[in-house]
Amino acid sequence: MRLFDLSLRQKIPLWGSVLIVASTLTIAAVLLARSYDDLKQDLFISSEALGQTLANTLFPTLLHDDLWRAFEIVQAPFRAEARNNPLDVESIFVVDPDIQVFVANDPKHLPTLARLEDLGPDHRRLAESLRTQPLDKTRAFDFKDSSHYYVALPIAEGGRQVGTLVISHSREAFWARFLDLALRSVLIGALVIAGILPLNWYWGQHMARPLVDLARRMDAVAKNGPDCAEECGSRESYPYRDELGHLFVAFDTMRTELQAKARMEREMVQTERLAAIGRLAAGIAHEVNNPLGGMLIALDTLKARGEATLQATKTMGLLERGLKQIQETVAALLVQARDQSRNLTPEDVDDVRTLIQPQVLKKSQQLSWQVDLPATTDLPAAACRQILINLLLNAVQATREGGRIAVTANIVSGNLHLWVANEADPIAPEQMEHLFEPFVSHGESGHGLGLWVSYQIVQQMGGCIAASCGDGEVKFEINLPLESATCDNVSA
Amino acid sequence: MGNISNAGNAGRRSVFGQLFGFFWLCASPERVIAAALKPLRFGLTPAFVHDEHTLMAEWRLYLESKLGRPVEFVQRDSYRETMDLLRLGKLDFAWICDYPFVHMKDLVRLLAVPLNQGRPYYRSYLIVAADDTRSRGMSDLKGTVFAYADPYSNSGYLAPRYQVRQLGEDPATFFRKTFFTWSHRKAIEAVASGLAKGAAVDSFVWESLAKLRPDITGKTRIIDQSPEYGSPPVVAHYAVDNEDFSAMLAALTGMQADPAGRVLLDRLNIDGFVTGSPRMYDDVAKMMRAFGEH
Repeated sequence: MRLFDLSLRQKIPLWGSVLIVASTLTIAAVLLARSYDDLKQDLFISSEALGQTLANTLFPTLLHDDLWRAFEIVQAPFRAEARNNPLDVESIFVVDPDIQVFVANDPKHLPTLARLEDLGPDHRRLAESLRTQPLDKTRAFDFKDSSHYYVALPIAEGGRQVGTLVISHSREAFWARFLDLALRSVLIGALVIAGILPLNWYWGQHMARPLVDLARRMDAVAKNGPDCAEECGSRESYPYRDELGHLFVAFDTMRTELQAKARMEREMVQTERLAAIGRLAAGIAHEVNNPLGGMLIALDTLKARGEATLQATKTMGLLERGLKQIQETVAALLVQARDQSRNLTPEDVDDVRTLIQPQVLKKSQQLSWQVDLPATTDLPAAACRQILINLLLNAVQATREGGRIAVTANIVSGNLHLWVANEADPIAPEQMEHLFEPFVSHGESGHGLGLWVSYQIVQQMGGCIAASCGDGEVKFEINLPLESATCDNVSA
Repeated sequence: MGNISNAGNAGRRSVFGQLFGFFWLCASPERVIAAALKPLRFGLTPAFVHDEHTLMAEWRLYLESKLGRPVEFVQRDSYRETMDLLRLGKLDFAWICDYPFVHMKDLVRLLAVPLNQGRPYYRSYLIVAADDTRSRGMSDLKGTVFAYADPYSNSGYLAPRYQVRQLGEDPATFFRKTFFTWSHRKAIEAVASGLAKGAAVDSFVWESLAKLRPDITGKTRIIDQSPEYGSPPVVAHYAVDNEDFSAMLAALTGMQADPAGRVLLDRLNIDGFVTGSPRMYDDVAKMMRAFGEH
């Protein structure tokens, strides 16, 4: 996995950490460079201050060749109590105009009267510089690859120079001081980083969490469709109204619309399938019905002649019963919603209750009946009765013994609203898809035409029928537009 | 109310204070007399380890209590200054070197001589740094940097120059460079630090310093010793009357018998003071004559 493919949960804190460490390092480097310069500048300034004091007091001793006094003066800064001087002075010495050592705080290494050139490579370079370029003011000598850093001052008064004072610093001691400083800076930097990094990590994770969450939901929708339940979650997980909040809202909107679209597509497919089945069934029924009528008439004619033998009469009876059964089935398939002109009355509904009552009592079921209809409703009574009987028979059959069945019928905004609910196990989704198809039976009995017939009638009347289940109930809901109100819709 | 009471207290305190002061003065009659007398002025020079300041303060108090009058110590770092003070009559006594004594024979008289290891003599030590193992005598120090103690010091100036002269050399050119440290102790330090290759110092100072600061003398090595010279004497100005002369002589020579005096002598690293003879300093005079000074 490449670095840039990492999750935002790692990437945000990682980049933050890189940024913090880089900033800290940069600041530390700049400060260190700065403090190196400052340290050097301080060294020069304090050396010069010390040198000026010493040079002033040394002038008469050189003038009078008072070696001992000069020695005491150059030794003064090295006394025990002043040993921890911040200057890291390694040695102080005075050279005469011939660049010979006049006095040094450490005569063992810088003996009086020794030529400075003879005292090591560093001192030789200093001697050469002093010889070629006589001093007129304090100067620092920082030779490359030298282990010393020199500050030299002329010992002069009234224009007369009697010697040169040199304060020599060990570069090693200077570096030790600088490293000490650097170490402290690094320690402080490390402390700062140690404090900020966990904070940054927490912050980065916190920032990334909603994004990662959103991405996970998108993936779930892409993989499982918009109906995936638990992965998709809800908007509650991100309660703020910033850009991310907008994203969550947009995501939820998208998901709702995708769900609606999918449902619509499903319903359309189902409707078309049912329509095709309806046309097929009606077509076959017509084709069967025509010869059937002829056959029954022919059979009647044959019986009326009375010439048949006993055996023939028996066979004709068999044929007649078979043909009648076919006729009944075909008649059931040939749904005719508008073949009667009588309008629905509340009594029609009460008739249905009376008809179904014995079966309800047989299974000790409770039937709740709420009907609120006007004296006449502008719908064909026979079709409505058939729909209600079909649904109630189904309900009685599907409900266990002692279960509840509820029926509601009323007029809601120009529609007859029928509502049949019963206590039952939920219908499986795959069954739900083929619920209104013919010869689909889910119970132990029945030919499976009840719901199909109801559906065909409702369709022919321009209404809609829907089944749903939940909370241990199965509900059928039917809306039938009153004929006076939906004349246009039906004809269309 | 408070104010009155406070004022009363303050008044009482002041009365008590005065009374106390009066009794205190009565209780120490010596102090009353001492306050009335002219102090004796005593000059100190680097002829001995004179810069142990607490020791000097205690010795002064000792002398005051023995003499029953104030003693003033006048400390100078070069013989020259003390000699000038004597000449100007600003000192009554002084502990000086034998060389200045011979120099000023007409102005001062010998009072007492310190005993060093029971004898009133000392030497000049020729010293070099301890890590200088090659030098064996004065002749090895030719062309080096040499530290003199004081131009009026016998052991630190006259004696080494005399020795050079006896080698048949001119002391003015024998060394490459010479300088004065104005005290024997500092001459020892000059050699110890390496500033000077060699120095000639008072044996008595070297031995005393060896007890006080063995870390300094440990860095030096004695390569030669001069013959014995009379110890640096305590002298009295001729203007000092006999009574004071005898009193001071008694105070100094009595130290050996006095317990407190013994403690001080120990710390001064001498055995005591005795009356000396000017003849002890004839050798100094001889050397001075060699340089045409006497």
